[in-house]
Amino acid sequence: MRETKYWTWHLAAGVLVLFLLGLHMAIMHLDSLLGVWVLNPSGGEAIAWANVLARSRMVAMIVVYIALLGAALYHGFYGLRTIVFELAIGPALQRVVTVGLWAAGLGLFVLGTVAAIAAGRL
Amino acid sequence: MALSKSYPNRLGILGWLLGGRWGLERYMYALHRVTGLGILFYFILHILVTSTRALGAEWWDGAMARVSHPIFKFGEFLVFAAFIIHGLNGIRLIAIELGWAVGRAEEPVYPYRSSLNVQRPLLIAVMIVAAVFLALGGWDFLQVTH
Repeated sequence: MRETKYWTWHLAAGVLVLFLLGLHMAIMHLDSLLGVWVLNPSGGEAIAWANVLARSRMVAMIVVYIALLGAALYHGFYGLRTIVFELAIGPALQRVVTVGLWAAGLGLFVLGTVAAIAAGRL
Repeated sequence: MALSKSYPNRLGILGWLLGGRWGLERYMYALHRVTGLGILFYFILHILVTSTRALGAEWWDGAMARVSHPIFKFGEFLVFAAFIIHGLNGIRLIAIELGWAVGRAEEPVYPYRSSLNVQRPLLIAVMIVAAVFLALGGWDFLQVTH
């Protein structure tokens, strides 16, 4: 049952990532079509520092960043775990993989969250 | 009498592509995994690179300068394309997983219809929508400012 639960979370996280990453991709890569004024207030490129700083300071964007970070890390690392497990590794190695991926995922989550909050205070 | 086999029964990762003559959906399975792994690889680097914004403008501009070569822009387009394909195909997979897109059970009257009669059009539709998004994204990537 536990694996079923993890799998269901994988699907749910996938749907969330689809929406949030869709928003992220629209801001970054469809800006010349959509404008995305509010989120690129200085105009020009979406990765220009002025635009990055403006987005980093928006509370809604900080929430989006952290939610996307968490959901995408879970979805991605669970998917990777599934692929690795299909190589028919033994239970001991499965445990190592699970713990290793959790450690890597949590590490990246903490880094990204700290960065998002710190950037909001610049 | 034991049956002998001259080849291993398990292909492992090779089975993604070399499993034999499979339908289109089987190749989408391989593509789903390849795009997923590609996005994950980019995502991990992306977290490390974009976290530099917390250190201020100089760090950010330095990080962006390091990834400004056209090869990175092309790589970004591949990530965009991988997301479009993986995301749209993911919707299809969820719809099938939850039983929304496998068709109704019906009596087997000749000529038989398989669940593929329902699933194949869905896959074609997904690919068409993906192509539209890839064209829009491709147009944006070709803009001079990018």
